[in-house]
Amino acid sequence: MADIDKGEAVDATPDAAAASLEKPLERGEPILQVRNLKKHFPLTQGVLFKRQIGAVKAVDGISFDLYQGETLGIVGESGCGKSTVAKLLMNLEQATEGEVFYKGQDITKVSGRAMKAVRRNIQMVFQDPYTSLNPRMTVGDIIAEPFDIHPEAAPKGDRRRKVQELLDVVGLNPEYINRYPHQFSGGQRQRIGIARGLALNPEIIICDEPVSALDVSVQAQVINLMEKLQDEFNLSYIFIAHDLSIVRHISDRVGVMYLGKMAEIGTDTQIYDHPTHPYTQALLSAVPVPDPESREGRERIILTGDVPSPANPPSGCRFRTRCWKAQDKCAEEVPVLAVPERFKSSDSPAAHESACHFAEEKNVVHTG
Amino acid sequence: MTTTQQAPFVPTPRAEGPLLEVRDLHVEFHTRDGVIRAVNGVNYSVSAGETLAVLGESGSGKSVTAQAIMGILDMPPAKIPQGEILFQGQDMLKMSAEERRGLRGAKIAMIFQDALSSLNPVLTVGYQLGEMFRVHQGLGKKEAKAKAIELMDRVKIPAAAARVNDFPHQFSGGMRQRIMIAMALALEPDLIIADEPTTALDVTVQAQVMDLLAELQREYNMGLILITHDLGVVADVADKIAVMYAGRIVEQAPVHELYKRPAHPYTRGLLDSIPRLDQKGQELFAIQGLPPNLLKVPTGCAFNPRCPMAQDICRTDLPALVEVSEQDGGVLPGRRSACHFWKETIHG
Amino acid sequence: MPEMTTTPAEKTTTTATGGPGQPEQKPEKVRGLWGDAWRDLRTNWIFIVSAVLIVLLLVMAAFPSLFTDADPAKANLAKHYLQHPNYGHIFSADWLGYDAQGRSVFARAIYGTRASLLVGAGTTLVVTVVGGLIGMIAGYFGGWVDAVLSRITDMFFGIPFLLGTMVMLNSFPNRSILTVIMALSFFGWTQTARVMRGAVITVKSQDYVHAAKALGAGTPRILFRHVLPNAVAPVIVVATISLGIYIGAEATLSFLGLGLNGVSWGNDISDGGNSIRIAKFIMLYPSIMLSITVLAFIMLGEAVRNALDPKQR
Repeated sequence: MADIDKGEAVDATPDAAAASLEKPLERGEPILQVRNLKKHFPLTQGVLFKRQIGAVKAVDGISFDLYQGETLGIVGESGCGKSTVAKLLMNLEQATEGEVFYKGQDITKVSGRAMKAVRRNIQMVFQDPYTSLNPRMTVGDIIAEPFDIHPEAAPKGDRRRKVQELLDVVGLNPEYINRYPHQFSGGQRQRIGIARGLALNPEIIICDEPVSALDVSVQAQVINLMEKLQDEFNLSYIFIAHDLSIVRHISDRVGVMYLGKMAEIGTDTQIYDHPTHPYTQALLSAVPVPDPESREGRERIILTGDVPSPANPPSGCRFRTRCWKAQDKCAEEVPVLAVPERFKSSDSPAAHESACHFAEEKNVVHTG
Repeated sequence: MTTTQQAPFVPTPRAEGPLLEVRDLHVEFHTRDGVIRAVNGVNYSVSAGETLAVLGESGSGKSVTAQAIMGILDMPPAKIPQGEILFQGQDMLKMSAEERRGLRGAKIAMIFQDALSSLNPVLTVGYQLGEMFRVHQGLGKKEAKAKAIELMDRVKIPAAAARVNDFPHQFSGGMRQRIMIAMALALEPDLIIADEPTTALDVTVQAQVMDLLAELQREYNMGLILITHDLGVVADVADKIAVMYAGRIVEQAPVHELYKRPAHPYTRGLLDSIPRLDQKGQELFAIQGLPPNLLKVPTGCAFNPRCPMAQDICRTDLPALVEVSEQDGGVLPGRRSACHFWKETIHG
Repeated sequence: MPEMTTTPAEKTTTTATGGPGQPEQKPEKVRGLWGDAWRDLRTNWIFIVSAVLIVLLLVMAAFPSLFTDADPAKANLAKHYLQHPNYGHIFSADWLGYDAQGRSVFARAIYGTRASLLVGAGTTLVVTVVGGLIGMIAGYFGGWVDAVLSRITDMFFGIPFLLGTMVMLNSFPNRSILTVIMALSFFGWTQTARVMRGAVITVKSQDYVHAAKALGAGTPRILFRHVLPNAVAPVIVVATISLGIYIGAEATLSFLGLGLNGVSWGNDISDGGNSIRIAKFIMLYPSIMLSITVLAFIMLGEAVRNALDPKQR
């Protein structure tokens, strides 16, 4: 922490900090393109001779782009498939269908040596700092493991120094190298996990709920660290979380998932201040705001019922069973994720991709 | 400093007296690494119809205090060396085990974070709900089941009569939490303690469950102690707040006041460190350092190593929980802070 | 579990937290999970008692002549079982009397240790390696590999352990220690395999295994660096407890005449049984040795289990 503070004290006057937040994104070629990605987990019966009786459609046709240096937030409730997306992007799960292009190469189809090269550039930070570090390995061994697997990344004699450098970068004392994970607190462990993710100098880091297991006072430290590292190493983040406030804080663009599909995607202002999908509106309105003054003024949309099972999703629009606007059309026709017709010619922030037949703007975050 | 500010905590007197009053409660855990003082002289009170939120991070002692009230601490390793827990004026710590068991469920009920592990997986939901009536009121099987269905209706579980014979795993997380609430409500207790009741739930379901809880509280005029780490949930439902840190209450205030003008640097740090939903915001303020190890709590104020305002006195003298006043000396009812520099914090 | 309070902030703000006279940073002793277990065991009297007993038994097995001058095989028919123990002569050949063939009961009780411990340790070793490997492969790879291996495990598990070994040993006219170890292992590996499979299935879904995969680690690295070290604890517990059970099994087989040829407690108990009416002591002392040995290993296993199970803390 102290090191980070120090670092910021040197180069980040308030103006500079503001400038870096508002720096325009270089929108060239996207670094990662996801096209119609699907993951269906087969439901089977029988022990030795299994037969398929259905499938859990955890991810069912998702497309998005990730640009260099940006943070794409993905939000959704449990079971919406956001963690499966992370595993698919890391090739920890085999996609059922669809493509993931990293610099033009479909990484769902590569294997062996080519896959290893891809892995150097796409890394992951896990949710639970208590289970993502091997308890039988020292911190030094954990952070050096990427170099053992990719020996070309660091010459052998150099590794100890590199590990200590990484510890320093994430704000931990480099002398902690011989300690075991259980000797650290949750926030410190998450820093170790981030150091491991940084070791190979990746371009993309996929963060699956990286702060949800941490105490509130420690969350801000880790978020600040991640933002600092993004600037320092020009990283692109995919930031998967259920906490909408944190996602808004860190993301340039945000995608909202519901039951395996993307409901709405746009810049943080478009999604939070001008949502057009009813699910996004309900989700935002349900977030408890830490400000008792605003509780009277806010309109809250309380959804009824539960998320349906992804093994047997509703026909047409998946949200229709809980939607107050649902009509016959919603049951018959699957809405596509596109800029709604009525906003197409407008340059209002409501003109962003939303998968709803009856998309309309509704401000649910601001009061008054 | 005047003497009134150093005065020990005296609970605000009410016409009918508070429903529950915790006085100078201490809880210790004896482990092989030493004695952990999890709760160090906590005072708070709740009246009928009132919601007290106890806010704190892991290790702050907020849940241990609740468990001590419920009488569900494992002793040993836990020990209560000092303190009183007055329920309707009677000290529960002096009661026999039998008397306390009589209160539990009937007068004081608890809702836990994890509904799935709090329900018995091999018994139907209807049976578990009905059990309350069979045991405490001696009802027959049929009547108990009817009561169970009535309760499930109460907590708005759709098609209650059809689902009364389902097992816990057949319900979703939100529905299970409703069943837990139904169970807590069964005997119409005077006080409910809810320990992180919505932490495991999704945002949209969380809102449903919190609304239900608040509605039922009004209806039955119950006291509610809501234990949570979520400043958002607190803002939505609480009347007053006690902020805990390292086993002590560091600030007490009515809910609006606390958010508007925190009187303790820890509270202020917490409020500043959470990102906002309604604006993009600049870099987050981060409280430096980590919550203390309860085996070696810093001397003086436990928060001093992390506090931007810490002075020498903070490292040596433990600040008392004192009344907080306006700059002109005007009273701020219900407000207390355990900071040597509360004046600078609230007014500065 | 003790947590470090040293915060990263303390790197530069030690002056704020550590006043004068306070050491800047006490070098904390680094302990792994095994270190924690060891700390637990050192103060556990059950562990101490069983460990002392086991060390004593090991010395007895390695150097039996340290404990007695008598030759366990020397038959002196003049001193057969009509000569009862002479409890005054501690550690001498006639201390615990003579058996039917006039052999020193004390000497045989001491010399029998080696066979028992060798059978117990040997079987445990084979069972842990074979069962552990099968369980690890089944648990880690899952799918049809798991289905096939688990069904084979179930089949072997279905055969009564002692009956199986009896039938098998019956077909060997000369039974050495190795033969007995092989027979016991052949029917004994299933429990280890099951325990290992369960532990591996738990461990392989942990995030650190996913993290290693995400780094591009190969299967051998994942198995031996991440899965095995974290799944081995319950197997070690099973191994320590079953070591005692194998010793008991060997004695049972010997009692039934299907065990070792040579000096062994089981054989002596069997022999003693023939003369139980006139000389109970012949059967008594090897039985006591056997009971103590089995108990020592089971106690050790319990102590190790408690030390390794973090939930007990």
